[in-house]
Amino acid sequence: MDDIIKRSPIRTLIVAILIAIFLWLVFAPWPPELVAKWGRKQIFLNALLGGITLGALYFLVAAGFTLIFGLMRVVNLAHGSLFLLGGYLGYEVSSATGSWFLAFPVVFIVVGLLGLLMQRFIFSKMEGEELRQTLVSIGISIVLADIMLWFWGGQSYSILAPAFLQGPMELPIINSINANTGLANWLRYPSVRVWILIAAIFIGVAMWLVMNRTALGMLIRAGVDDREMLAASGVRIQLVFLAVFGFGAGLAGMAGIIGGTFQSLSPGEDTRFLLASLVVVIVGGMGSIVGAAIGALIIGVTEQMGFVYAPTYSVVFTFLIMAAVLAFRPQGLLGSRR
Amino acid sequence: MAMTDHAPVFLNRAEQKYWFERIPAPWWALAAVLVLLPFVANNFWLFQIMGWTFILGMIGLSLMFLAGYGGMVSLLQMTVAGVAGYMVAILGPSGAASVSLGLTWWIVIPAAFLIAALFATVSGALAVRTEGIYTIMITLAIAAAFFYFTRQNYTVFNGYSGFNLVLPPALFGVNWRDPIPFYYLCLALATLSYGAVVYASRSPFGLALQGVRDNPRRMAALGFNVTAHRIAAYALASVFASAGGILLVWQNAQIAPGTIGIPAAIDVLVVAVVGGMRRPLGPFIGAFIYVILQVFSPDILGFFGFSAERFKLIIGLGFLAVVLFSPDGVLGLWDRWRSQRQRPDADDGAGGAA
Repeated sequence: MDDIIKRSPIRTLIVAILIAIFLWLVFAPWPPELVAKWGRKQIFLNALLGGITLGALYFLVAAGFTLIFGLMRVVNLAHGSLFLLGGYLGYEVSSATGSWFLAFPVVFIVVGLLGLLMQRFIFSKMEGEELRQTLVSIGISIVLADIMLWFWGGQSYSILAPAFLQGPMELPIINSINANTGLANWLRYPSVRVWILIAAIFIGVAMWLVMNRTALGMLIRAGVDDREMLAASGVRIQLVFLAVFGFGAGLAGMAGIIGGTFQSLSPGEDTRFLLASLVVVIVGGMGSIVGAAIGALIIGVTEQMGFVYAPTYSVVFTFLIMAAVLAFRPQGLLGSRR
Repeated sequence: MAMTDHAPVFLNRAEQKYWFERIPAPWWALAAVLVLLPFVANNFWLFQIMGWTFILGMIGLSLMFLAGYGGMVSLLQMTVAGVAGYMVAILGPSGAASVSLGLTWWIVIPAAFLIAALFATVSGALAVRTEGIYTIMITLAIAAAFFYFTRQNYTVFNGYSGFNLVLPPALFGVNWRDPIPFYYLCLALATLSYGAVVYASRSPFGLALQGVRDNPRRMAALGFNVTAHRIAAYALASVFASAGGILLVWQNAQIAPGTIGIPAAIDVLVVAVVGGMRRPLGPFIGAFIYVILQVFSPDILGFFGFSAERFKLIIGLGFLAVVLFSPDGVLGLWDRWRSQRQRPDADDGAGGAA
């Protein structure tokens, strides 16, 4: 840390000032001039929190995508379909049993199994032929999308969150100060979104721990760096591939339940989330979990902020970020060139 | 005029043949069938099936040029076609009079080609910063961004509803949306595009591009500017896509964000892959199969007792089958079948599933 400050003092100062301004914007009550210019603080906070929770959802989808790509070099363009399938299955399970939580293990297992089958019977047969694997995954996504349209039709579904997650909760962030009483107005925010954010952070940290502190994680990281060498040293790499593919697919399925809980499920959501994962991993860097988290946060916040403050151009902002990353750092923020 | 662009094959033969003697007989037969088709086929076949085949084929051809000769699988070609189509609707007259500028055709059409080429060049410049499968992802992301942008922007792209009543100019007193003129217009432009791709693939630029596809590092060492060749390929491919896009707008008389959505971009890929990306004829064959399936799927599916809406399932399964069992498409199947018939003892299954 000292090193960085010594090497580039001006840049550090700018970053520190920006962070201070940001913290002030979030925690301090806004003066009337700022409110006149930007609108009420609540709008800003809602956009920011909405962006962060959306980023959490994007992270859950993109983490599996980036893991699969990093290890197997498979660009699984059916990843969005796995997301949507997980959501639909979660809807069926939770409305049949009435238990929102039961949906998660069921969907994880079913969608994970589907991922295992895809890896075992399709992708492993054409290892090294990256383009063909990608084309096959496009074919799978077309087929899955139509089968889902067949079963669940064109209407949109929404998964009901359990009772204790419904309704808002108060966050320790000042919304505004009541002019008459002088009392602070604390920000209220849907509690399900807050819990999803916490769960995403938990899953992200758990994934990081598994990747960096366990033997399995060591195998995966070794496979990302040089899978021929790993296979040559006696590791049954196909099993590692299967595990990662199954886990990534299952994670996408669980993200589908979450997506169905705080937004809705309909045909077309698969491409939307596939696109989101693509942009997230392009920005964050292929094969990097931390990169996926940072990319998801950036894209989620940008999308929501754009949606609130410049509705026509919100997509363009996302795209501009991607273009800027590609132009200056083609391997992504945390990606490594191999 | 069909095959005039087949020009330079540098043969050192004693007797130099005329260019039309070098074209094998099956091509003459195909040309005759296509030229004489309006005398036998009805308007539905001419306008819907063949017109759409040529349009999809041209957009697929631009993908084939990039993927087959440049090694860059771009999902952007439908978007480039859409940019050209949108420009025709925005600059020229259309039903949305408050948005369209209503300029005359000799400004509108060159401008549409130019703007689409500019768009393709800029996006291509972004896409070529990456290689292989990354290109698919980045072009897909750009295509999706443009789709969402057109859907949200009302000042220029007229948002969700898009433009209707976009009609071709009545040049030479002909209504170009009548089936027979439209058929010949599509045929002529498709033939020109086909010839241009064949010509370009044998030109120094095309040969250098194929060199870049096979070994970029060696080409760079030889002094070729790899990035410039790739970007130029995007620019050139945009011409074929634009021609297809403008015809598509005229055929439907409208354009909306749905025309250029992700499913449409994937369809172009399906068309090119199913037909075969090794030769320029592939996309047209793929487009013909796609259109036939699309148009007749209610009958086919109804015959097997399925609902008529399951067309995409058929396309998806067919696409999967082609990718799994014959990666170089229908043309690859044909090549293998022919080489097997010629040399029965030759090794079979070249390039099939491992």
